[in-house]
Amino acid sequence: MVEAILQEMVLRKDYLIEERIDTIYFGGGTPSLLAASEIAKLLAAIQKHFIVLPGVEVTLEANPDDLDFDTLVAFKSVGINRLSIGIQSFHSHHLQFLHRVHNADQAKNCVQDARKAGFDNISIDLIYALTNETDEEWREDIRQALLLEPEHISSYSLTIEPQTVFGKWAKTGKLRVTDDDVAARHLEILIEQLEASGYEHYEVSNFAKAGFQSKHNSSYWKGAKYLGLGPSAHSYNKVSRQFNVANNHAYLRSIKSGEVPFEKEILSRADKVNEYILTSLRTSWGCNCDYLKNEFDYDLLLEQSAYIQDIIKNEYARLDNAVLSLTKKGKLLADKIASDLFISL
Amino acid sequence: MENIRNFCIIAHIDHGKSTLADRLLEFTGTVTDREMQAQVLDNMDLEREKGITIKSHAIQMNYKLDGKDYVLNLIDTPGHVDFSYEVSRSIAACEGALLIVDASQGIEAQTISNLYLALENDLEIIPVLNKIDLPHAMPEEVTDEIVEMIGCKREDVIHASGKEGIGIEDILKAVVHRIKAPKGDPKAPLQAMIFDSVFNSFRGIEVIFRVVNGTIRKGEKVKFVSTGQEYGADEIGILRLNQQPCNEISAGNVGYLISGIKVAKEVHVGDTITNAINPGASLGGFQEVKPMVFAGIYPVDTTEFEELRASMEKLQLNDASLVWELETSAALGFGFRCGFLGMLHMEIIQERLEREFNMTVITTVPSVQFKAYLTDGTQVDINAPSEMPDPTKMDYIEEPYIKAQIISKAEYIGAIIGLCMDKRGIILNQNYLTTDRVEMSFEMPLSEIVFDFFDKLKSISRGYASLDYHLIGFRESDMVKLDIMLNGEKVDALSAIVHRGKSQEWGRKLCEKLKELIPRQMFEIAIQAAIGQKIVSRENISAIRKNVIAKCYGGDISRKRKLLEKQKKGKKRMRQIGTVEVPQEAFMAILKIE
Ligand SMILES: Nc1nc2c(ncn2[C@@H]2O[C@H](COP(=O)(O)OP(=O)(O)O)[C@@H](O)[C@H]2O)c(=O)[nH]1
Ligand SMILES: [Mg+2]
Repeated sequence: MVEAILQEMVLRKDYLIEERIDTIYFGGGTPSLLAASEIAKLLAAIQKHFIVLPGVEVTLEANPDDLDFDTLVAFKSVGINRLSIGIQSFHSHHLQFLHRVHNADQAKNCVQDARKAGFDNISIDLIYALTNETDEEWREDIRQALLLEPEHISSYSLTIEPQTVFGKWAKTGKLRVTDDDVAARHLEILIEQLEASGYEHYEVSNFAKAGFQSKHNSSYWKGAKYLGLGPSAHSYNKVSRQFNVANNHAYLRSIKSGEVPFEKEILSRADKVNEYILTSLRTSWGCNCDYLKNEFDYDLLLEQSAYIQDIIKNEYARLDNAVLSLTKKGKLLADKIASDLFISL
Repeated sequence: MENIRNFCIIAHIDHGKSTLADRLLEFTGTVTDREMQAQVLDNMDLEREKGITIKSHAIQMNYKLDGKDYVLNLIDTPGHVDFSYEVSRSIAACEGALLIVDASQGIEAQTISNLYLALENDLEIIPVLNKIDLPHAMPEEVTDEIVEMIGCKREDVIHASGKEGIGIEDILKAVVHRIKAPKGDPKAPLQAMIFDSVFNSFRGIEVIFRVVNGTIRKGEKVKFVSTGQEYGADEIGILRLNQQPCNEISAGNVGYLISGIKVAKEVHVGDTITNAINPGASLGGFQEVKPMVFAGIYPVDTTEFEELRASMEKLQLNDASLVWELETSAALGFGFRCGFLGMLHMEIIQERLEREFNMTVITTVPSVQFKAYLTDGTQVDINAPSEMPDPTKMDYIEEPYIKAQIISKAEYIGAIIGLCMDKRGIILNQNYLTTDRVEMSFEMPLSEIVFDFFDKLKSISRGYASLDYHLIGFRESDMVKLDIMLNGEKVDALSAIVHRGKSQEWGRKLCEKLKELIPRQMFEIAIQAAIGQKIVSRENISAIRKNVIAKCYGGDISRKRKLLEKQKKGKKRMRQIGTVEVPQEAFMAILKIE
């Protein structure tokens, strides 16, 4: 697989031609199963084919059970400088429900080992609004997380996708779906606790200590170009978004024959405007209406003036220097507001 | 003329009429294999989808028997009580009828009333026991029923299966042998009865008729008796799968006429066509069809009013039974108050507006026509809740009553009587068709049938009961207007006229239903039901607290954008009433009440 990804990189080395790369991310699936030597090879190839800025953020996504001390040291030595650890919960029954094999102690040890191995930029993932999860359990998760003093926290509510086993269970009533009021309360608790501990809530699901916002995540929301390599990876170049096939065999076969197997979606002006609205409203830096005007010739403030006035009046949003951003209350409704502000198709 | 046979098919929905008709067309070579598709006669998309015949259709088949060539005109009829007048005209155009009964179901209410119509018109009835291939067919019992019903011999009942192609030849032979050839004088002055019309956007209205006496010739001037209008017979012809123009059609035969008529209203089913120069008498039996149910139709997007008007006008070109006038609603703005033949007709119109004209419309609570008698001695018709006079000026109100015939398996009698009583019905009698099947008749207010009666009847009888009804007149009733308020604002489009005895209950249930149908919004919504000044019920919809998906990176963005675009489209189907967004379905909430 690593060979194939290296080969794909060569095939697509012009995708980011003249772009300066400031973030590299090993994620999706279980990249922590990669050997440090393989990561070294991939990073070397990236250095060779692209313009990589000094101080580049190099993140590895990992599950706690894949990371022992020696592995962590090895990853550090080959150039990984940020970890995103999928802790999810500190409660064993919730971890079981999520089919996670690690336990709370492993999670804590993993973060402590990472510190010892020299990592000074660690992010952890937490999930809330789990089936039957109480407010108390959630507060406890947050307390445990804060004790580990991560630089960054990403936190998601349990989302039930219809195609998954969870989706089927939810449909047949085997799984009780947590209602939005609970999810809203959990998110409010999270924001309150993390802000009190010095984290900035810089995107709906992301919190960071000063200077530790994820460059990688942020670049998605700022509409930067990116190249994704490997099965089911996606790429974006401001014109289209493309998705590699998900099937490993199909991917390998195609790369072997010198072809990158992907599907492509060309983005229309309305698509781009809508994507910008949708992602920017989720962030603390907000939706820059001047940018929309200059880049896409779309005057959001004019087109949606009544609606925007309304959400400002009702304290869902504020407007400073043509930048529309959501208040705490508004962020909980970011999707609805974005969809209301979309260009109709 | 002695070689012509005109016949129709009487059957309950789903008893296999369309399938059997397909077999007849195939057997007689009227459609080639290439042209064959299931249910050829149901050519409206809606008909195919709903699996029901909405319009009448006629098709001519050629059939050779014992060395003689016969012309068989099959006149297919709609299978729903809303269109019973059209059915009656189709029956009047025939000398015989195939009575198709599903061998696993038995005779249904509507079949019986059409059967009586056929018998009144002296039609020869050919009973067909269909779907005998079904493992749970009950040929003995159902044959008993048929014999009892029409007084035929058991041997007269033809066993058939449209699906398996069984009995098709027997049916054709019976049509030739048992049905009388039409009588009539081809030399007499022209008298032809219109039994259907079809709208063709290129050629205008096509009129389908049966010649009773005389001969219609291409190029002659004809006159429609009820309207007195004259037209040139630009094209006449017979109906095969496609039209086949010809020069003349004589007494006994069926054909179409195209004469540049642009508006369906000029063509009345049941009217007589005659020669303008040498006119014959009217055939009689013509009636104006009257709407039974009224409802408002409004564009969801107020800027589409003119477009909606144009669409309604076009629809009316091909559906003369649709009537409407302008109406304004405080909540919905400009729209139309429409009269329909029944609930199915209403549903069809709404669907056709949406599909054929790409309109998104709100249909308001349907209402029957009430008659209000005022203290000053005058009488006004009330077609909409907004027309309800001030109670202080009103002496009394009358509402339309129907006689309903219900046929069901005996085990459901109790439940059905319960339902009808609950709907303010009075049972008139009950009559066992066989040991296991009962025919019941009730008198009931029409307005109770409008509100979801049929679905309930089906569900309490596990689909076994069937219903037929006809209007019997007006009776005094204690009706009141029930109003709905959203955040304190009265929404006229949600008002309904209900019986006083049930008004509290309706108010409560309507509030509950609206709570289900109106999505949570960014603020709290109060739903109230009121009779006059008195609030009878209240529900609250709390504000939405969270609407944001957690993850949004790279590839999620496309997926998410599409999801929110869909959400936005959904919103387009909502109407802003004051500050509240109300979805299209909410205006029909009263029909969905348990
Ligand atoms: N088993 C069986 N099914 C049939 C037969 N004729 C029709 N059907 C089925 O019964 C349903 C209703 O048939 P259709 O011809 O549409 O009935 P219509 O509503 O009377 O026109 C369809 O699902 C047909 O496939 C038959 O002879 N045998
Ligand atoms: Mg049919």
